[in-house]
Amino acid sequence: MGSLQLLPPSASAHAADMDWLFAALLGVSAFILLLVFGLMILFCIRYRKGSKVERGNRLGRTWRVEVAWTGLTFAAFLVLYFWGANLYVRIHSPPGDATDIYVVGKQWMWKIEHPGGQREIDTLHVPVGRPVRLVLTSQDVIHDFAIPAFRIRQDAVPGRYETLWFTPTEVGEYRLFCAEFCGTWHARMGGTVVVMEPSDFQRWLDSQDPGPSLAQEGEALFRSYGCSGCHGGSSTVHAPRLEGLFGRPVPLEGGRTVIADDRYIRDSILMPKAEIAAGYPPVMPSFAGQIGEDDLLKLVAYIKSLADKTADSVERPAP
Amino acid sequence: MTTATVTGKPEEPVVATKNYLTEGGVTLRSWLLTRDHKRIAILYTLSITLFFFVGGAAATLIRLNLVTPSGIFTPDIYNRLFTLHGVIMVWFFLIPSIPNTMGNFLIPLMIGAKDLAFPRLNLLSWYLYVGAGFLALFAIVIGGVDTGWTFYTPFSSLYSNGYVVLALAAVLAVGFSSILTGLNFIVTTHRMRAPGMTWYRLPVFVWSNYATSVIMVLATPVLAITLILVAAERLLKVGIFDPALGGDPLLFQHLFWFYSHPAVYIMILPGFGVISEIVPCFARKPLFGYKFVVWSSIAISVIGFFVWAHHMFVAGISLYAGLVFSLLSYVIAVPSAIKVFNWTATLHKGWISFDAPMLYALGFIGLFTIGGLTGLFVANLAFDVHVTDTYFVVAHFHYIMVGGMVSAYFGGLHYWWPKVTGRLYPEWWARIAALLIFFGFNLTFFPQFILGYLGMERRYYSYPPEFQAWNILSSAGASVLAVGYALPFFYLGWSLFRGKRAGANPWAATGLEWQTPSPPPTHNFDRTPTVSRPPYQYRPEPEPQDV
Repeated sequence: MGSLQLLPPSASAHAADMDWLFAALLGVSAFILLLVFGLMILFCIRYRKGSKVERGNRLGRTWRVEVAWTGLTFAAFLVLYFWGANLYVRIHSPPGDATDIYVVGKQWMWKIEHPGGQREIDTLHVPVGRPVRLVLTSQDVIHDFAIPAFRIRQDAVPGRYETLWFTPTEVGEYRLFCAEFCGTWHARMGGTVVVMEPSDFQRWLDSQDPGPSLAQEGEALFRSYGCSGCHGGSSTVHAPRLEGLFGRPVPLEGGRTVIADDRYIRDSILMPKAEIAAGYPPVMPSFAGQIGEDDLLKLVAYIKSLADKTADSVERPAP
Repeated sequence: MTTATVTGKPEEPVVATKNYLTEGGVTLRSWLLTRDHKRIAILYTLSITLFFFVGGAAATLIRLNLVTPSGIFTPDIYNRLFTLHGVIMVWFFLIPSIPNTMGNFLIPLMIGAKDLAFPRLNLLSWYLYVGAGFLALFAIVIGGVDTGWTFYTPFSSLYSNGYVVLALAAVLAVGFSSILTGLNFIVTTHRMRAPGMTWYRLPVFVWSNYATSVIMVLATPVLAITLILVAAERLLKVGIFDPALGGDPLLFQHLFWFYSHPAVYIMILPGFGVISEIVPCFARKPLFGYKFVVWSSIAISVIGFFVWAHHMFVAGISLYAGLVFSLLSYVIAVPSAIKVFNWTATLHKGWISFDAPMLYALGFIGLFTIGGLTGLFVANLAFDVHVTDTYFVVAHFHYIMVGGMVSAYFGGLHYWWPKVTGRLYPEWWARIAALLIFFGFNLTFFPQFILGYLGMERRYYSYPPEFQAWNILSSAGASVLAVGYALPFFYLGWSLFRGKRAGANPWAATGLEWQTPSPPPTHNFDRTPTVSRPPYQYRPEPEPQDV
C-alpha cells in the first residue's frame, strides 16, 4: 500500500529549484494562514457572546487599515510572482548544446526517436548530467509529457512542436505519465525514464538496432516526396536552398523575419503559403494530410542536419 | 443555547395566515406555472438538490474506485463518472446554486421589491435548467460522454465516441438559463429598489449577485459560441480546432477558459455575499470595510475576464503570454484577500455566537483562505509546470468550490431557512453536520495536495501503488463528507413539519427580508418599505432591530 510519502524523487537540475519555490510559497501561505486563523480564533474566544471584555473604542475609519493590508499582500504576491516567472523562463530556455530527442504521442503510447535513429516506446533513456531537449508533438489528440521527478511537463499538441528540456542529475528509473486526458487508456499512457551513466548510455545506444539515423531517413523521404525536385541543386524551379538554413533568420514577404526552427520547417511543409520566403514565388503545394508526424520529424531532422553545410558542399541528389 | 436566547426576545408564533406557500393555491399546476420569485426559488432548490446528489453519487463512486491502485471500474466507466461529476456539479449545481435559490428568493426581499423585473423569464430560466439537466444526464449516462467537463478538442470534436453533441446542447441550454437569471438580477437591482435603498445601502449579498450577473451575461455567450463551434466540427467536419482539418486546438482552450475562468467567479462571488450577511449578524457588528468588500466583488468580476490563459501555462502559449497572465492572476488574488481580512476584522470586538450558519461561515473563511492561497501556487508560472493537471489542482479548486461555495450554500440555507419555511431547524443537528462537513472535507482534499506534488495525475482510473496510502485517506474523508451532506437532508426535512415556528426575525438581523413575516406573503411587503440607514447596523447587545 506504500507509506505516506511527502516529496517525489528529485532527479533533475530544476527539481531542487522547484522544491525551494514550493518552500517559499508554503512559507508565505503559512504566515497568512496563521495570521488569519490566529486572529479568527483569538476573536472568537475573546469576543464570544457573554464575555465581559472591553469592546469600546472600535476601529472607526477603516481605509488606512485596508490600504495597509492590501499593499502588503500585493507586495508579498509580487515577490512570489517574480520568483516563479524567473524559474519559468529558465525552464523554457534550453542550452545550445542540448541533445534533441523527438517524442510523438498517440493514443495511448509515447514513441521516442533518438537522433541516431534508435527508437523506443514508453521508455526514454537519457545520460546523466547532459542537457536533453525534447521536441514533442502528437498524432491525434492532446497529450502531456510529465516527469514528476524532474518537476516538468509539457503538452504534446497535434499540429505543433512544443519543446521541453532538462538535465538529469541522478541515475535511476523515474515515472513518466500522460497528464492531459486523452481517452480510454489515458491512465495507462506512461512509462519510465531511465537515467544512465554516459558510458552506460553509449553502450545502450550501440546495443540498439542502429539503422539509419533520423536525418538519413529524412534524406530518403526528401527524395521520395519529391522535395528535392525543387529544393535540390539541379532543379530549374526557383525554390529556396535548404543548406545552412536551420537556425538562421529568414526574411519573409511583407518584411517580417522568422528564425528557421522546427516549427517553421514543419509549417512550411504543411502550410507553404503562410510564411513565404522573400523573393520566391509561392508555388509550393501543401503536403498537409500526406505526410505523417513520424515522417515530418525525419524531414525536419534532415533539414536540420544541413545547417552546417553550404549549397556547394552537398552532393546533389538526382531529382 | 437555543435560538430564542440569541434573539433575546419572546417567540412570536405569528404565522402570516396568507403567505406565498398558501396564496394562489397548492396544486402542482399553481407551482409549475408560478411567476412568484419565491416559488421559483423553491423549484430551483428542489431540482438543484437532486442534481447535487447525482453529482455527489458520481463523486462517491470515483473515490471508491480510487481506493485501490488498479481501480474497480473499467476505464470507460470511470471516464464517464468524472465527466458526469464535473458537468453536473459545475453547470447544474455550482453556477445556479446560490443565485437561483437564495438570490431568487432574497434579492426582491432585500431591496424591498415585489418580485424580480421579469417573472416569466425567471420561470423560463427554470424550465431551461431542468430540461438541460435531464438532457445532460441522458447524454452522459446513456450516451457515454467521456470528455470531462472541459470538452478539450480535438478529443471532443473528433475522437470521443459518446453523445458529445447532445451534452454540448445541454450545456448550451443551461447557459441560456444563466443569462436570463443574470439579466433579471441586473435589471431588478437597477430599477426596483425601494425608496431610500441607495447603492451603498444594498446588502453585500445583492452586490455580489449583481457582480455575478454581469459575468453571466458577458461570459456565457462565449461559451455558447465555443460549444456550437465544437458541434460544427464534430457534425460537419468544419476545421476549427482540429489541426488535421486546418484548425487550432489551442483556440478552443482560449475560448473555453474565456468563459470558464470567469465562471469560477460566478460560482464563488455569491458565496462571498452569503458570508458577508452571516458574519455581521452573528458577530453583532457592522461589516468591516463595507465599501472595500463591495468594490472587491466588482474588481473580481472585471479582472476575472483577463486571467483565463493561466489554465494553459504548459499548453503551448508563448512565454510572454505566460508572464502576463500569471501577473494578472496574482493581481486578482488581492481583492479576495481583502474580503478575508474584512470578515476577520468584523469579528474584532464583536459579540459572537456560534449558531450553525456562523459555523459554516467560519468554516468557509478557513477553507476559502486555503483554496485562495493554493491559487497563488498554481498561478505561479514555474510551480504550475510541475503541478498542473495533477491532484494539486483538483484539491485547489475543490477547496474553493466545495470547501468555499458549498459551505456558503449550506450556511445560507440554514440562515434563511426560517424565512423561507417559517420553521426553525434543529440547532444541534445542524452544528454536528457543519463540523462533519468541515473535518470530512479537509480529510478528503488535503491529502490530494500532497498527491499532486508527488505527481498523481488527474482523470486516472488507476495509479502507481506508492500513491495508495494518501488515496485511502482521501476516500475515508469522502465518506465522512457524505454523511455530513446527507444529514441536513433529514433534519431540514423533519423541521418542515415539526420545527418550531420561526417568527419574522429569529436572528434579530437587520435587512429588509427580516421585516416581513416568515414565510413572506406573495407580494413580499404589505407596504413598500422606506430605507433610511446603511446595512448591518448591529449593536453589541442583542436586541430587536428596526429599520
